[in-house]
Amino acid sequence: MAKQVPDTRNVGKDAMTSEGTVNRAALAAIFNPEDLNALEMALQMKDSIGTATVHVLTMGPQRAADIIREAMFRGADGGYLLSGKEFAGSDTLATSYALSCALRKINPDIIVAGRQAIDGDTAQVGPQVAEKLDLPQVTYAEELIAISEGEITIKRRLERGSEVVVSPLPAVITVNSSAKECRPRNAKRVMKFKYALATSEMAAADEDTKSFIEQRPYLHIVEFAAADVNPDPEQLGLSGSPTKVKKIENVVFQAKEAKTLTAEDADIESLMVELISSHTLG
Amino acid sequence: MSMNNVFVYIEIEEQQIADVSLELLTKGRELANTLGVKLEAVAMGKNIKGVAPELAKYGADTVWVADDEIFAPFRTLPHTAVMVGLIKQEQPQIVLFGATPVGRDFAPRVSSALHSGLTADCTELVIGEHKDPKTGKEYDSLLYQIRPAFGGNIIATIVNPECRPQMATVREGVMRKEELATPAAGEIREIEWQPMVKDTDLAVRIVERHIEERKINIKGASIIVAGGYGVGSKEGFKLVHELADVLGGEVGASRAAVDAGFTEHERQIGQTGVTVRPKLYIACGISGQIQHTAGMDGSAMIVSINTDPAAPINKIADYAITGSVEEVIPKMIKYYKQNSK
Repeated sequence: MAKQVPDTRNVGKDAMTSEGTVNRAALAAIFNPEDLNALEMALQMKDSIGTATVHVLTMGPQRAADIIREAMFRGADGGYLLSGKEFAGSDTLATSYALSCALRKINPDIIVAGRQAIDGDTAQVGPQVAEKLDLPQVTYAEELIAISEGEITIKRRLERGSEVVVSPLPAVITVNSSAKECRPRNAKRVMKFKYALATSEMAAADEDTKSFIEQRPYLHIVEFAAADVNPDPEQLGLSGSPTKVKKIENVVFQAKEAKTLTAEDADIESLMVELISSHTLG
Repeated sequence: MSMNNVFVYIEIEEQQIADVSLELLTKGRELANTLGVKLEAVAMGKNIKGVAPELAKYGADTVWVADDEIFAPFRTLPHTAVMVGLIKQEQPQIVLFGATPVGRDFAPRVSSALHSGLTADCTELVIGEHKDPKTGKEYDSLLYQIRPAFGGNIIATIVNPECRPQMATVREGVMRKEELATPAAGEIREIEWQPMVKDTDLAVRIVERHIEERKINIKGASIIVAGGYGVGSKEGFKLVHELADVLGGEVGASRAAVDAGFTEHERQIGQTGVTVRPKLYIACGISGQIQHTAGMDGSAMIVSINTDPAAPINKIADYAITGSVEEVIPKMIKYYKQNSK
């Protein structure tokens, strides 16, 4: 499971409006960083079990197919895009429900995801998907130790320290940023998969592209609409979200009166003297 | 019966209660007083009945205990099963968890099993009224779950009008902990957990475990010298360490500096790191993105060193020094040594 997110880590001056709030349009859409760590761990599983395949499931608008292609460039075999207006306004619970419906249909042996997405930082979707599918979960995964038919051994991070756990499969694994970085794009794979398109992208493409992809099924990114995954409509989107946003405030930097100093010796000395005499230091 | 009370999940590692759990009890006590209900603590582990007096000091009227070796060390499924079972049995209106790796692991699972909402990493919790904009339905006393979102660039107030319990996680250090003048009752009640836990809940096994002593303690430091991306390198961070050593402080860092590999993750201050409130915070080469300032703007005094006089950090600084870290830090060390004797 992966998510396309706005790059909230780099909210620089360009992305700030004159009122000191964020201009979201100025933020790039990126592959959620910890989902890349998750992709790497999934690819390692594939490396150790020759016959396995890795597919990426993402929920989002059509452009989220970008991250599926990115994953294919790095080693994934294909992907699924779950897309539709029914999913709009989903909180983490409704999101997890929608993803769990798609996963029931796909029926994977292992589900790997990043620990959390940088636009929400909640870390809830992985465990909630696990609960919805009644699967065990291993969170904060840092290293794949071993994997066999029915069992996975994972080293996971604790608040202070680490532990090694063995979980039966299928299971949901959420991966920490301290895990191995994702392998880079592979040039041959980029050549092979750059024309991969999701169903709705194909519909908008010209006839040549359509027939080109129809002859090459590996270039077809499966797209699910809500109805394709047989959900209970009450549990989707806003109606499936127990939490409601009551109020949003943009954070505005409150200027306070800062004393401006230079790097000259006299300025630094008077500052240190002041900090000492006010008992802030010492 | 304890219908509609406020519950706090107590995190215990090797018989030690986590600070965040005591902080949540202090906040939970305040919420329970506002609502006119009781505050109940839920503790799971092995040989933990001794924790009750400590929890009472911080306001727990009742301490629910599940004491068995299956609960220690923490594993997701047994803790989830018991928490879900107890919530169904006791029907609290609010349940709070620490936003620690443990709380963030199993609280979402509890929320999913109960089909109720959970708001992660709240920085403030308040009781207030709510009117649903669509249905017009009014609510007297909902839990306002206030948290930064979108990389800390917006502050959202979340409510959970229809589903119970209302659940939230809070990071360590965000709320204050305070002992009561007169401790609460802290009456121990055993959870009848055996029927709640299935065999399959024990399927994940811990085969190895290493607990490291916490080497870095920025949370407790009264002086913090923090470095940002502007420090430029791992080498540059040595200067930051030198100043911290001389002043008797700890070294902190912004996410950008940690991501760039200049220093350890344990030092990260900000929304996705630690929240600190030192007496003195010296920000070296930190631009001051909300992501970072959310974790340090409660500092009593802020000194910023930055080559850019327009850096956002200067807007919350008490003293803004325009200059490079390499030039300013050695001078600070020199004049501190000269004047402190």
